[in-house]
Amino acid sequence: MAKRQLELIAREKTERTIKKKSAPRAASKAAPKPSLKAAPRPSPKPIVRLTATDMAARQREISVSEFFTKNRHLLGFDSPAKALLTTVKEAVDNALDACEEAGILPDLVIVISEITETRYRVVVQDNGPGIVKAQIPRIFGQLLYGSKFHTLRQARGQQGIGISAAGMYGQLTTGKPIRIASRTGPTKPGHEFEIQIDTKRNQPVVVSDRELNEKEPGPDGEKRAVARTMEHGTRVELEIEATYKKGRHSVDGYIEQTAIANPHASVTYVAPDGERHEYARVAQELPKAPLEIKPHPHGVELGILLKMLHETKARNVVAFLHHDFSRVSGPVAEEIVKAAGLPLTMSPPKAAREQAEALYKAIQVAKLMAPQSNVLSPIGDELLIEGLKKQVTADFYAATSRSPSVYRGNPFLVEAALAYGGGHLPADELITMIRFANRVPLLYQQSACAITKSVLQTSWKTYGIQQSRGALPAAPMVLMVHIASVWVPFTSESKEAVASYPEIMKEIRLALQDVGRKLGLYIRRGLREADAEKKRSYIEKYIPHIGIALQEILGIDDKRKEKVCATLKDTLERSRNNE
Amino acid sequence: MSESVVPKIKKEAKGIEESILKKKKPSLRFPIRSLANVRYLAKEGYFEIRGRKKERTLTVNTVKTFAQTLRMMALSKTLVETDDIATKREAYYVSKNWDEARFLEQTESDTVMDDVEALFEVNREQLGFVPEEKGGDVAGNLVVIDKDPNTGKAIRIDCTKFGSGAYSIPISVEDLKFETKAKFILVIETAGMFQRLVKHGYWKKANCILVSMGGVPTRACRRFIRRLADMQKIPVYVFVDGDPYGISNIYRTFKVGSGNAAHINEFFCVPQARFLGITPQDILDYKLPTHPLKEVDVKRAKDALKNDPFFLHHKEWAKAIEHLVSMGVRAEQQALAAHGLNYVIDKYLPDKVAHPEKFLP
Repeated sequence: MAKRQLELIAREKTERTIKKKSAPRAASKAAPKPSLKAAPRPSPKPIVRLTATDMAARQREISVSEFFTKNRHLLGFDSPAKALLTTVKEAVDNALDACEEAGILPDLVIVISEITETRYRVVVQDNGPGIVKAQIPRIFGQLLYGSKFHTLRQARGQQGIGISAAGMYGQLTTGKPIRIASRTGPTKPGHEFEIQIDTKRNQPVVVSDRELNEKEPGPDGEKRAVARTMEHGTRVELEIEATYKKGRHSVDGYIEQTAIANPHASVTYVAPDGERHEYARVAQELPKAPLEIKPHPHGVELGILLKMLHETKARNVVAFLHHDFSRVSGPVAEEIVKAAGLPLTMSPPKAAREQAEALYKAIQVAKLMAPQSNVLSPIGDELLIEGLKKQVTADFYAATSRSPSVYRGNPFLVEAALAYGGGHLPADELITMIRFANRVPLLYQQSACAITKSVLQTSWKTYGIQQSRGALPAAPMVLMVHIASVWVPFTSESKEAVASYPEIMKEIRLALQDVGRKLGLYIRRGLREADAEKKRSYIEKYIPHIGIALQEILGIDDKRKEKVCATLKDTLERSRNNE
Repeated sequence: MSESVVPKIKKEAKGIEESILKKKKPSLRFPIRSLANVRYLAKEGYFEIRGRKKERTLTVNTVKTFAQTLRMMALSKTLVETDDIATKREAYYVSKNWDEARFLEQTESDTVMDDVEALFEVNREQLGFVPEEKGGDVAGNLVVIDKDPNTGKAIRIDCTKFGSGAYSIPISVEDLKFETKAKFILVIETAGMFQRLVKHGYWKKANCILVSMGGVPTRACRRFIRRLADMQKIPVYVFVDGDPYGISNIYRTFKVGSGNAAHINEFFCVPQARFLGITPQDILDYKLPTHPLKEVDVKRAKDALKNDPFFLHHKEWAKAIEHLVSMGVRAEQQALAAHGLNYVIDKYLPDKVAHPEKFLP
């Protein structure tokens, strides 16, 4: 019943929204509100119970889009401020992923403009490979449609929800369709679509589709760019209900941090107040392309195993294990199947639940090589530092890039970097911590994140930094942690916090300790120098006063006074050097 | 007591200079000023400092304090030689000419001054430094013979002639002389009680000298009473609040001195003093209204029982304090007013003064 109700409400809401859009404002205001009093009161007569047949008639599949319409907070659209951030984030993630996959150094233009105080237009344009015309409606108008969910490869997007959810959010809050312009090459014409989502069927509805007019104004107030100024690329434009705030947890912070973690990208950002931020490219080479891998058996849960068994093209279970997973050789596959007590020739889709479970158990105990770990694409210590230097002025920088490790059959690696000291960072406040997963900044749910927990658990005092119990350290410092994985385990679909797997926590801790040690050396060297300097100045400041006092008391002449001072200075400096 | 401190200062400075020229690190030795470093001389009746000292060697870390201590010594020498004085506050301001060696807060200069005082085992007045505080008020059958500061001529000050006011004890009392036929000196904690006794001419009735301490007695006040009592051979009775502060801070400091000024207790104590009241037994005998002991009172009482050589020596005192703690209450001098404003004059003091042998030591 609950599910059914949910669906009805969802549909009603969609209809209402569409009505609102079509009716002029004044008219909708004047329209009589449905009165509660007018509604028929529930009858006091005995409740009519439904038969199973009645109920069956009402039972229907709930579309994913409908579910997410009701649960938009799961996707990061729970407040107007966050909605703006999430929308930009999804568009930028896609743009960067697309460029990198195509081997293009990304040039991004992001323009956010205010329409009213609660309504904003977001434009994100890239110089990526573009999208073929036929695919555009489905990519942007259907949830869970994407290229990334079925593969295991380090990428920003994972499920294929993000940008279409943003489109749906725009549609629900402003009634405006998402607008996509794309061009796949200099000789091809650019196309522009306006797309809405049929939330009930989770299907795209093409509102308009036309070839681009090259004279239209561009996203940053120049000429509408894709077709004319770019040989290839994609522009996404949405109108959403949102509020714009400045600060670290805002779009501004997200874009700045994106620039830090993507030193190979050049980003132009025009904020709603018209301010133009240029984040220049500091690395002229693309990061190593991450490789796609098959799942490692140890990382697969029973449910997924069942699904894979049913979907595989392999003709028997041995071939299934050998071909659909990584690190399973033919002989090993045979061993596993034998251990599970299954016939070697069994057809995978015919495996019953119990048989699948036996197979699952056999996999767990099988000795397998760890998954390949060279499939990841780290930022690397040099570029971590370059990226930080670009945005943070400090006295000292340190970075570390750990070798890959494995959690639940998924390879991952952790990188950490820090910027410390200098006059620009606030001295007595808690450090600024910035978190990244596959180069995407994580701005919300800081305290739920494995990165935060590891930073809190690290004993920063060892490295010469103040830290209260259970708090972030207090120092003029920006600390950056990046986790790269073929599948980053987030605590929710909105991808804001990394789940606390012990293997991941351990690697983060080791990375933090590594940069911490480097910082400790620097701080201690600084302290030693400051201490020595203080003592030197002490000697020079106060010895003359001893001379003056002795002269006043004993009436000695200036020459003798100087001799006393010089001798004392000599004695003290000698003893200081011997300390 | 009045021996000049200048040679001592010169000797210490000379030692430092020589040590420096011998390429050694000079050091100063200060007596440790705390109750842990005193012993109670029962016969003489005061806290004597024990030998423990701390040595401050001139190193890179101590060079600032060392320089300040020496400059303070030089200031003292100048004051004494020019027969001038400086209050603690003034000395603090003088240091403002010392560039980097200046004091930032008066507490810093006070500490260095206390160090110098202890170093030479003298009273700070001998160093030319005087306190800001008032010495105490006197009224009753006493003539103080002072000198005119300008002419040096003797001045007779009759302490019966201040009406409802009082004679104020000067900071330096060493050269005062006394004439009196009073039978005892009554030393009072609070100015309020002193006022009452003066107003109603209690000193006339009882033929005594009244002194108001106003809390913990100043050194001048203690020295004044000590000299007066010594020279005129008259007993000293102390009348304070019946609480741990009145007993262990005010009375004990008055009678035998303190840990902090241990090097000069010998001169700044009044060993002949006896404790008139308010005793814990008075609270019961006179049915006095009380207040509960505060946590800090109990702590102070227990501390006295455990660490104070004076109370450790006098079993009667230990018993009285334990009694007070077990009752868990305290009574102020003014509590006697519950029986009538002049009950203290008409009943309490006459009763008490009639039996000085019953006083606590």
